[in-house]
Amino acid sequence: MTNAEKLTLQKRACQIRMGAIEGTHSAKCGHPGGSLSIADLLSYLYFKEMNIDPANPAKPDRDRLVLSKGHAAPALYAALALRGFFPVEDLKTLRKIGSYLQGHPSMNSVPGVDMSTGSLGQGISAACGMALGAKHAGQGLSVYAILGDGEIEEGECWEAFMFAAHYKLSNLCVIIDLNHLQIDGSIEEVMNSAPLDKKMEAFNFKVLSIDGHDFDQIEAAVAAFHAETEKPTCIILNTTKGKGVSYMENQVDWHGKGPNDAEYQTAMEELNAAYAALEKEGN
Amino acid sequence: MAEVKNIATRDSYGAALKQLAAEGHDELVVLDADLAAATKTGVFKKAYPDRHFDCGIAEANMMGVAAGLSTMGYVPFVSSFAMFAAGRAFEQIRNSVAYPRLNVKIGATHGGISVGEDGASHQCCEDFALMRSLPGMTVICPADDVEARAAVRAAFAHKGPVYLRFGRLAVPVFHEEAGCHFEIGKGEQLTEGSDIAILATGLMVNEARIAARNLAAEGIHARVINLHTIKPLDEELVLRAAAECGRVITCEEHSVIGGLGEAVCSLLSEKRPTPVRRIGVGDKFGCSGPAWDLLKEYGLCAANIEATAREMLGR
Repeated sequence: MTNAEKLTLQKRACQIRMGAIEGTHSAKCGHPGGSLSIADLLSYLYFKEMNIDPANPAKPDRDRLVLSKGHAAPALYAALALRGFFPVEDLKTLRKIGSYLQGHPSMNSVPGVDMSTGSLGQGISAACGMALGAKHAGQGLSVYAILGDGEIEEGECWEAFMFAAHYKLSNLCVIIDLNHLQIDGSIEEVMNSAPLDKKMEAFNFKVLSIDGHDFDQIEAAVAAFHAETEKPTCIILNTTKGKGVSYMENQVDWHGKGPNDAEYQTAMEELNAAYAALEKEGN
Repeated sequence: MAEVKNIATRDSYGAALKQLAAEGHDELVVLDADLAAATKTGVFKKAYPDRHFDCGIAEANMMGVAAGLSTMGYVPFVSSFAMFAAGRAFEQIRNSVAYPRLNVKIGATHGGISVGEDGASHQCCEDFALMRSLPGMTVICPADDVEARAAVRAAFAHKGPVYLRFGRLAVPVFHEEAGCHFEIGKGEQLTEGSDIAILATGLMVNEARIAARNLAAEGIHARVINLHTIKPLDEELVLRAAAECGRVITCEEHSVIGGLGEAVCSLLSEKRPTPVRRIGVGDKFGCSGPAWDLLKEYGLCAANIEATAREMLGR
């Protein structure tokens, strides 16, 4: 990827973060930490990788994305809005009565959402069904499933991983957001899943462990996924929870609460400064 | 009198799936959790192996896979025992199927205590309660082979989630192939009486027919109604029966908590208060034993329906 391309994606990621902060501030609740950690990934997938059409969100041959860690909806909604699926202004209606932007993704109300999620462990199974259906129908599309590192404590995930490998779903890319924090503390304290890479390899996945905030590494990992023809791929996305907002980074408290007015100001100042720096770098 | 055939509705399920596929419905796919031999989808698997997906003993994942397949335009029939479909995978049905209103059909075999010798762990008497609590879920429990095959066909044609409950036990086939008109949400009145209404579902419909015949010999004319659809309930038919008969007995191979009986009571208490007796499994678990003996033991038989009718009528 060229430097100009990378800068564009970095700016989009910055805007996704702003959108997530906008939504959770307006709602006075929601999940900013795990939204910020996957902003770079979403920027890459929605603005560079996926075959999608905002004018025709239901087009049959589109790539699918299932946000199995559905609580990161604020980031998903921001990415979809910025990509043109609905007005960015609507992000402020997040979680409000009458809004189509439900607290967790709802496929029947939000254009561009491929599966309703929120109950952890379930999205990955639906993604398996999509990948199986696409293979069975001879469609060349790709299915991306984004899981949390806490989420994989759900047994259903491992049922789904077995299924994906058994049916050789090479069109399925499982992305685990390894930000090391869940509600009750660090994953190492609450329920240690290490060594995750070895577990996924043992489940017969092609495994890539990358820096989830590095666009070159994301691009290379997704290219490796496309090159694989026998196995499902698992990208272990090493990330920082709350990435991009200084006081949220690596803070377990910022899993599930909205920033107050002062915190919102600080977050937006930081993100605007980051955006301005990227602009400057591009000039 | 022609000899009555006995067929388990799980056999009807497998046969109907195969028939639908034979008619060219390529979008129909079948999922199992290592029980194809018992859910009787094995006949479909044998004929259409490329459209049968065994998910292993993992019902939660299977339900989600079905949800995903349905978003791709397939019409998946997810098969397992009622205990593991409605029970174990309840929350997957709730969040991945019912909430997004996906076109998934749940074929749950081995419903109720007529599972027999396997005992309480496998005898699901809570599935109606669980499934009817879900917004938009259609809940069907056919009474015999002819009706079960028609129900599978109707479920396939219906857009949206459907829960179909089938039995393990071979039960008498009383519907005529030609005369069977099956419409989701529309009950079937089997006798004309107006002394008492007997509202039944599943294998209890035939018991209600037998009870009505025996009661008629005593001069009690019962109106037997087959409510194959638990949800949406045929409110018009139930209200008319309550109005014209004045007394109602409900019969189901399910807990008296949360099933057909409570659905009828809810309706009548709000719209036409009427004395009701619920015949079903009391607030207790099943146990091992031969199916027909168990049904008698738990009062799920014509004799108990007759006794209940006499008691309600003061005879």
